[in-house]
Amino acid sequence: MATVKEFRNNVRPNWCPGCGDFAVQAALQRALGNLNLEPENVAIVSGIGCSGRISGYVNAYGFHGVHGRSLPIAQGVKLANRDLTVIASGGDGDGFGIGMGHFMHAARRNMDMTYIVMDNQIYGLTKGQHSPTSAFGFKAKTTPAGNIENAISPLQIALAAGITYLAQGFSHDVNQLTELIQGGIEHKGFSLINVFSPCVTYNKVNTYEWYKQHVVHLEDFPDYNTADRSAAMAKVAETDGLCTGLVYHDDTRKPFDQLIQGYKPEPINAQNLTLEREMFDKVMEEFA
Amino acid sequence: MLQELSWKVGGQQGEGIDSTGKTFATSLNRMGYYIYSYRHFSSRIKGGHTNDRVRISTSQKGASADFLDILLAFDQETIDFNGHELRSGGIVIGDAKFSPVLPADIAQGVRLFSIPFTKLAEQSGAAIMKNMVALGATARVMGLEPTFCAPVLQSMFGRKSQKIVDQNLGAVQAGYDAMSAEGGDFPEFQLSPPVPDKHLLMIGNDAIGFGALAAGARVMPAYPITPASDVMEYLIKKLPLVGGVVLQTEDEIAALNMTIGAAYAGARALTATSGPGLSLMMEALGLAGMTETPVVIVDSQRGGPSTGLPTKHEQSDMFAVLFGNHGEIPKVVLAPSTPEECFYATIDAFNYAEQYQCPVILITDLALSLASQSVKPFDYDAVTIDRGRLATAEELAQTEQGQMFKRYERTQNGISPRSFPGQKGGIHHVTGVEHSEIGRPDEIAGNHTAMMDKRLGKLRNIELPNSVTYTGEANPDVLLVGVGSSAGPIGEAVARLNQEGLRIGHAHVKVLSPFPVKTLQSYLAKAKQVIVAESNGTGQLLQLMRLSGLMHAEMSSFLKYDGTPFLPNEIAAQVKGSMLAWQR
Repeated sequence: MATVKEFRNNVRPNWCPGCGDFAVQAALQRALGNLNLEPENVAIVSGIGCSGRISGYVNAYGFHGVHGRSLPIAQGVKLANRDLTVIASGGDGDGFGIGMGHFMHAARRNMDMTYIVMDNQIYGLTKGQHSPTSAFGFKAKTTPAGNIENAISPLQIALAAGITYLAQGFSHDVNQLTELIQGGIEHKGFSLINVFSPCVTYNKVNTYEWYKQHVVHLEDFPDYNTADRSAAMAKVAETDGLCTGLVYHDDTRKPFDQLIQGYKPEPINAQNLTLEREMFDKVMEEFA
Repeated sequence: MLQELSWKVGGQQGEGIDSTGKTFATSLNRMGYYIYSYRHFSSRIKGGHTNDRVRISTSQKGASADFLDILLAFDQETIDFNGHELRSGGIVIGDAKFSPVLPADIAQGVRLFSIPFTKLAEQSGAAIMKNMVALGATARVMGLEPTFCAPVLQSMFGRKSQKIVDQNLGAVQAGYDAMSAEGGDFPEFQLSPPVPDKHLLMIGNDAIGFGALAAGARVMPAYPITPASDVMEYLIKKLPLVGGVVLQTEDEIAALNMTIGAAYAGARALTATSGPGLSLMMEALGLAGMTETPVVIVDSQRGGPSTGLPTKHEQSDMFAVLFGNHGEIPKVVLAPSTPEECFYATIDAFNYAEQYQCPVILITDLALSLASQSVKPFDYDAVTIDRGRLATAEELAQTEQGQMFKRYERTQNGISPRSFPGQKGGIHHVTGVEHSEIGRPDEIAGNHTAMMDKRLGKLRNIELPNSVTYTGEANPDVLLVGVGSSAGPIGEAVARLNQEGLRIGHAHVKVLSPFPVKTLQSYLAKAKQVIVAESNGTGQLLQLMRLSGLMHAEMSSFLKYDGTPFLPNEIAAQVKGSMLAWQR
């Protein structure tokens, strides 16, 4: 049985000291270890940006794709081998900007995989432009007079798209984050863990301190029902999206792979590819 | 007795024109005739003129006929729009309902018959069967039994109810009798008996779908687009039977990225698209090349640019396929020219993709993708599956704890062992960033050169088998060069011209990358004059030849880009014209 150690590959991340992504890496490694998964049975697919490098920093099969497309690649991996634990990851620009279309469709498609977004409300790797989650009025290189677009709400969009497991974490609280990621992996269906992962270099507004002051914990609301989608929608609106913990889960819906007609228990990549002569002849006869 | 006959049915979209043509063509194909059927349609579901042109022959043909013998019309527009295609002495049979008339510019001796298609259909049970009445009238003209389409109607409607079959057959008989009542026989429309040979009738897209199934494809993410959707629609019926899956994605970007994910994880995966979708796939195409992921992409060309002519024929994506992605990657581009070749090329595509660990694009054109053609039954024993260089259990066992597998090991031929997620000892990194042998980002100048050489070297100085096929005169006065579905019309024109005593050759390019320079050079060297015939506005194939260093003092383009494929007589006329010009 593998432990957290087996998921470390000792590659030194090229993130800035203090970057929130270190905590996400640690939480992911712990979650994988806690679940006793073997590194070779885990595939981590990531997009482009500082966060996209995470697939190279965990000892597992890693695929660092193109900008915004981690989810389509991850879904392809899952289709080919349903036995794998598939993690997709990236940043807010990658997932909610260029990749937004894929995000909503992945949520409604509900394949059994976990999507971790490192949300720092800025573009870091390109050195400080505003992102889809940057607040109205936020000043960045490309919004010198302040952002005149509204920030999107990833959580509300996820709920609207029919997500079946939704959580939000904060890099400051690795224990909570580990639990949320672990829950997402265990969930049979598509899960999003959106993580407030501060950029210490380019975002001087949404800092660790800022999040500590503004974020509320959903555990602090004893009556909050995480299985009630409209309550989740309301809570996200009420907290302006600044809440952490498990936001919503639906364990009743079957994941995509259990609904595909003719899909076998044996993963596709292990199947015999030869078409039997009998079937070949039958298919050919249809054209006569 | 005729060796071939050309027939067309036309009317408004949604009127059953397609099924009329299909019933007719399938019935005659089953009798042993060879069929080439091409459909004219528009980007709308109901309304607008549509027609289906069927060529029936005692030998295999890969093009529409130059002229029409019989035109069935459900409206006057059909006659006005298509009448000029009739040969002198041809026949128009129109529905008496619209009081058909012949236009002034019709060929000499064309006869018009007005048969009450709709009225007779209503008497047989329902107006919708007017196409069956029309088929009955056709049968009478061609000297076929009115029951000629009974087996096809039985398989179409038999499962629904016998009553429907009988009503339809009644409608066919009514049309037959009505045509008989017009008096006289039509000996000039009688076909020679067919050679009793079994053929299949299929469109190129079906052949690609069947080829993918036979090749072991299991995952197909795709986005609907004309004229490529049939591949996906065919496989959604078949892949579940073998445990595979077709997934309709949110866009073509997702389609190719998902295909890459599935192929990376060990499945044989493909996607299919047309021009606009191809443009959206370019970034992912580069990723497949950079990560050496074996994917198969079908590009069924239609009229461009932009939305262009979604339902019309063109061959203008060749440059996009070859040069559309940024950066430089190895890729194989296969260009079959018949449904039969589509089937075998699809199998080759999956094998090449895994042998060379690069994207393979199967490029077709609308005429090839959608024209329904008679083909010889496929050979089961010719289907082989070669998964290329996979990591062996021994190699995987050698990976030490804490070490990564050299997925991108620099080898003599540039091809490295592949390991898949799930394999112990196979863990490596994959990235679109320039990388080391274990897949880690590595941007050092020397490494980039070495890895570029590794990837590009896989296809350098290689010519794939059957990259060019050659027919006709070995030392021709004119050499015709073509690609894709034009093999039919060019081949027919060349045969005709050689029969007339001219010396014409035909080289057809079946692989666009790696481009078969040596073979083409050998053919060019023997020709006095070269004409490159293609369906686009800039002569992409000719430019590609020049770019590859293929020079000839007398080399010119023959271009057609009106949305319709070449006809044999157009090619023949061009050859004759340029021979005259050259002699002067």
